[in-house]
Parts: sequence; structure tokens; C-alpha cells
Amino acid sequence: MSKVVFDEAKCKGCSICVHFCPKKVIQMADRINAKGYHPAYLADEGNCISCGICGRMCPDAAIEVFKP
Amino acid sequence: MKQVYAVPKSLQPQATHYCPGCTHGIAHKLVAETIDELGVRDRAIGVAPVGCAVFAYDYFDCDFQQAAHGRAPAVATGIRRVVPDAVVFTYQGDGDLASIGAAEIIHAAMRGERISVIFINNAVYGMTGGQMAPTTLVGQKTTTSPAGRELGHAGSPIRIAEMLATIPGAAYVARVSLSSPANVARAKKAIRKAFDTQLSGAGFSLVECLSTCPTNWGMAPIEAMEWLEKNMIPYYPLGEFRTPEGGASNG
Repeated sequence: MSKVVFDEAKCKGCSICVHFCPKKVIQMADRINAKGYHPAYLADEGNCISCGICGRMCPDAAIEVFKP
Repeated sequence: MKQVYAVPKSLQPQATHYCPGCTHGIAHKLVAETIDELGVRDRAIGVAPVGCAVFAYDYFDCDFQQAAHGRAPAVATGIRRVVPDAVVFTYQGDGDLASIGAAEIIHAAMRGERISVIFINNAVYGMTGGQMAPTTLVGQKTTTSPAGRELGHAGSPIRIAEMLATIPGAAYVARVSLSSPANVARAKKAIRKAFDTQLSGAGFSLVECLSTCPTNWGMAPIEAMEWLEKNMIPYYPLGEFRTPEGGASNG
């Protein structure tokens, strides 16, 4: 299971999670989701510290965060 | 794995209609988290405004009523009087609360009505297409102030939190910002305190949340958050303006 779980269908590609991630491990995908937005995804799980900032800042309640 | 952040249970699982990067979604989550923490979902009753947040009743998983434009505090008053053990809150934007609903919010505070008001200030009318609001900053361009708000013509932007803090019935009045992780954490504490104030019976509570409107400001979401911090916070300072424990230092 991934440390950061995205509900991709709800993502509107605002990139707030990318901006505030302290480890810069989130990126926007090249593909588009059903809404037509580029969804965010966890690009570098190894460096993710499970701080939860992406989850707390996501305006679309599309992110949940887990710590191993 | 241990869950560090979960979507609040008091939110419906569906997607919202808000524009990408709109901070309404963050405010919704903070209110829902507070309802979850207090364990009051079965007796929480929200009142939705007219404006972008009109569909709040579809997004929160608790009882809701939608009010006529600006009249959410009046409807909340009725609910409070009829259902004494309900946890009553309104969720209103600046066009709703600070313009057409100015009388209702002032008198709900004057009566010390035991309700919590979540006031979203994004300095513009959102739903109707970005017109100048009472909260629009001097010099800020909107569709009805294309050269920027003019002080001599439109007057100065209204500071709701400071104004309501002069009212004895207003037990808790604070202004927060939804523009950074640290500010969102402070906003959460303030919303919790507003609900605690209601539950303790101390009186009226209001949290003004400085918010972004990327679409009508014509900015990308992050650029809008930076614009908020640079332009709105200097005019709309953050902090608690009135607290139940404040005593003589209030107002």
C-alpha cells in the first residue's frame, strides 16, 4: 500500500499538494483523469515522510496519508 | 500502516463543484473534522448560503438547510430556538454575509445567538462572476471595478471580524487564513474553538477565513495563495479579536 493514496477521480489538478510537499515527492501526471485534469501522484515514495501536509491542504479531499 | 490523514467522515464522498484550487474545500474539511472530533454529527445542523457554497448541503454528511441570500443567521436562530440541543452552524461567503446579510449577522451577534458562523472572505463575488464585494481591496480589479476599487467611490473594504468584536454577545471572533499549512492548522484550532464556544453556552462565535478565488482573481491556485498573503493579510490581520476568556480586553 502506498504512503499517499490519491482518489484520482476527485483530483482537479490544482497542484497545491505539489507546492506544499516539503520533500517534493508529488508530481502532476502527464495523462488526464475523467474530469480532464492532470492528476497528482506520488512520484518518489522512498523520500515521502508521511507528514500529511498534502492531505490537509487538498481542497478536494482527494488525498489520504499513511505511515508505515 | 497507520493513517496519518483521513478524509473527515462528516463529508460526503462525492466530488465538489468548486473550481480547482478553491479554498472552500479546505474550509469544508476543517468544519467536518471539527464535527467528527466533537462526535456531534447526529445533532449538527448547518445552514448553507447563497453563493458558491450553496451546495454545501450536498457535501456535508449532516443535517442542512439552505437559507435565502444573507439570511443564514436568521434561519440558524430559528433552528437554535426550536432544537435546543442541536449544534448549529452557518457557512457563508462575503457577498452573502457582509453585503446582503449584514443586518442578520450583526443582530445574531447582538442577541448572543448560540450559533457558529464560518465566514469565507475571498474579496470577490464568486458564483456570479467576480464582481466587486464589500470586502474587495482598494485597487483590486474585478469585473465591476475594472480599474481597481476606488476608495472615494466605493468606500473601504469591510472588516467583519473587527466590527463584530465590538459586540458583547459575540463570545468568540477570530480571523484565519487558508493560504499555507501553518495557517490551515491555526484555522482548524479557531473553528474548533468556535464550536466549543457554542457547546459551552458562551454565545455567538464567528471565524472569518481568508480564502482564494483563483478563477475570478485570474490566477493559478498557488499564485492566488501568495497574493492573499501579500495583499489580504496586511489589511485583514489574523488573530482572535474576542474570546470567552478575554474579559475586559475584548472589543
